Amino acid sequence: MPLNTQPNLAKPDDFYAQLIATHDGLSEDESASLNARLILLLANHIGDPAVLQEALNTARAGAA
Amino acid sequence: MIQDRYQLAFKLYPYARSADQDAAQPVRHPVVIMGGGPIGVATALDLGLQGIPVVVLDDHEGIGQGSRAICFAKRCLEIADRYGAGEAMLDKGVVWNLGKVFHDDRKVFEFNLLPEDGHKFPAFINLQQPYFEKFLVDRVRQAQADGAPIELRGKNRVDSVETHDDHVVLNITTPDGPYTIEADWLIGADGASSPLRGMMGLDFDGRVFEDSFLIADIKMDNEDFPTERWFWFEPHFKSGASTLLHKQPDGVWRVDFQIGWDVDRKHELQEENVRARLDAMLPGVSYDIVWTSIYTFQCRRMKQFRHGRVIFAGDAAHQVSPFGARGANSGMQDVDNLGWKLGLVIGGKAPDALLDSYHEERAFGADENILNSTRSTDFITPKSKVSHVFRNAVLDLAEHHAFARPLVNSGRLSVPCVYDGLSLTGEDALPGGPARSRPGSPCPDAPVPDGFLLGKLGGGFTLLTLNVDAPDTLDEGGITIKRLALSDVSGRLVERYLGDAQSAVYLIRPDQHVVARWDRFDDAAVRAALRRATAKG
Ligand SMILES: Cc1cc2nc3c(=O)[nH]c(=O)nc-3n(C[C@H](O)[C@H](O)[C@H](O)COP(=O)(O)OP(=O)(O)OC[C@H]3O[C@@H](n4cnc5c(N)ncnc54)[C@H](O)[C@@H]3O)c2cc1C
Repeated sequence: MPLNTQPNLAKPDDFYAQLIATHDGLSEDESASLNARLILLLANHIGDPAVLQEALNTARAGAA
Repeated sequence: MIQDRYQLAFKLYPYARSADQDAAQPVRHPVVIMGGGPIGVATALDLGLQGIPVVVLDDHEGIGQGSRAICFAKRCLEIADRYGAGEAMLDKGVVWNLGKVFHDDRKVFEFNLLPEDGHKFPAFINLQQPYFEKFLVDRVRQAQADGAPIELRGKNRVDSVETHDDHVVLNITTPDGPYTIEADWLIGADGASSPLRGMMGLDFDGRVFEDSFLIADIKMDNEDFPTERWFWFEPHFKSGASTLLHKQPDGVWRVDFQIGWDVDRKHELQEENVRARLDAMLPGVSYDIVWTSIYTFQCRRMKQFRHGRVIFAGDAAHQVSPFGARGANSGMQDVDNLGWKLGLVIGGKAPDALLDSYHEERAFGADENILNSTRSTDFITPKSKVSHVFRNAVLDLAEHHAFARPLVNSGRLSVPCVYDGLSLTGEDALPGGPARSRPGSPCPDAPVPDGFLLGKLGGGFTLLTLNVDAPDTLDEGGITIKRLALSDVSGRLVERYLGDAQSAVYLIRPDQHVVARWDRFDDAAVRAALRRATAKG
């Protein structure tokens, strides 16, 4: 199964608000740690190495 | 003059004048080994036990003080056992299974190596390196008494070499002055800073890790500390960015502090400064300091382990960080790999090309070890902010979530590599056979009626047959294959060698790696596999 880059969130505005709210009151360093934990949790949930590799590539494509 | 570069723990081969020093012409030897560390001495044992005359040259008169290696893995012990030195190591060593990982002041989790039964040797023992080396030298003395043609020459420093197509000339300095000998084959086992590599102008590229580690081996008469491996990331006692505590024999503990790159070594090694770190870690505990040292490390290997008549082994050929205990452990696998190949080539039973497979297989092993130890090092000493953030995120999660524990990397402990798909490795024609004994693997040990399987394999090629008939011996191109027949097999043997199959035939190399396997005996297939395994195929 390839990485799904089509809309898959039932309520995109809700998820986005939750994501930002999860960081409320945190310092930059604390937020960075939270993001790292979140990525690790999601990566483990996905599991499939091909999907993960594709996600890493897609994310990296946005950077230099 | 020959100055000692380090103090000796055991003076085992004092300088003695050799007849070669009075010879009118340089004496030619079949094999000369430069370096009497664990790898040089083990190589001498392998060759000497085959009856091949071998001379070891070391610039000291015995084994250096200071432990360096403490963790010796199952495969390494099995190899030492093949040479007759494994049991002494096991008797002296400390067996451990439990490890604990801490972050700051919290225990993140603990692990158990869960030893699998039915092996002669445990997954690991802890043993001070000088003992490991001493047991090898003791075995050399015993083998010499039984006629093995091994010579250990202390205070013989190799100062230069000239390489030729069919031999090497060595210029040696001794307390009595210089002399020259020749060797058909020269083994470079002269350690990580290998002077031989330098003499030959050979590369040794890799990655430097910008961190220093302070080792303190301490003696505590305190049995409260269990026989476990304790590893702290960012410990609350602040004695290092990471710290390891691990038990050795004789009531000695290895403490290893990560202390950063820009350190004043002399200052850090002053006893009061070492004690300050130890006291913060072990408040109220009394101890004696046995040995201290600061080390830095690199992960690198030579591009080629073989250069004509010169073959490199051990740290001279490859160097890894200590995380994962892959240094001496992998060097012993070099010896295991090289010994029989050189023996067959010297005996005229295999072409010179067989020695190229030594580089192929052991460079493959070195790359695997470098990859693993580099990954451990990156986890233990993160090199960027984001890497540090992810490392600590893993540790945070590992405390409560099982999924994160396999990501914690405080050293992936040494396991031997499988020569999958390499030139000497033959076919897998055993449908349903277990993956762990596939062609290229080192044979897993297993109980057999009177002992353990590995002890029965002997020093040559073996045809292991399980529940199936085959000839007792086979001769092919001057090499004899001896059969080891097991019938009515059950339990561990089924699990490790048959899997779903009813019967099996394994062709096994002298270093106990599987060449090929089948579900029945096929004369032509076995002969073809043997030719392949000896570079004649
Ligand atoms: C802190 C630390 C911890 C370690 N922990 C482990 C561990 O737990 N497990 C593990 O498996 N490995 C470990 N290692 C690695 C292990 O110590 C080495 O891999 C091992 O010593 C290599 O053996 P060697 O025979 O190749 O080289 P060495 O032990 O370095 O021996 C080389 C020999 O060559 C001699 N020599 C040098 N130049 C000349 C010359 N010109 N002429 C004659 N002789 C010469 C030297 O005197 C020496 O005796 C550790 C290393 C360190 C530093």
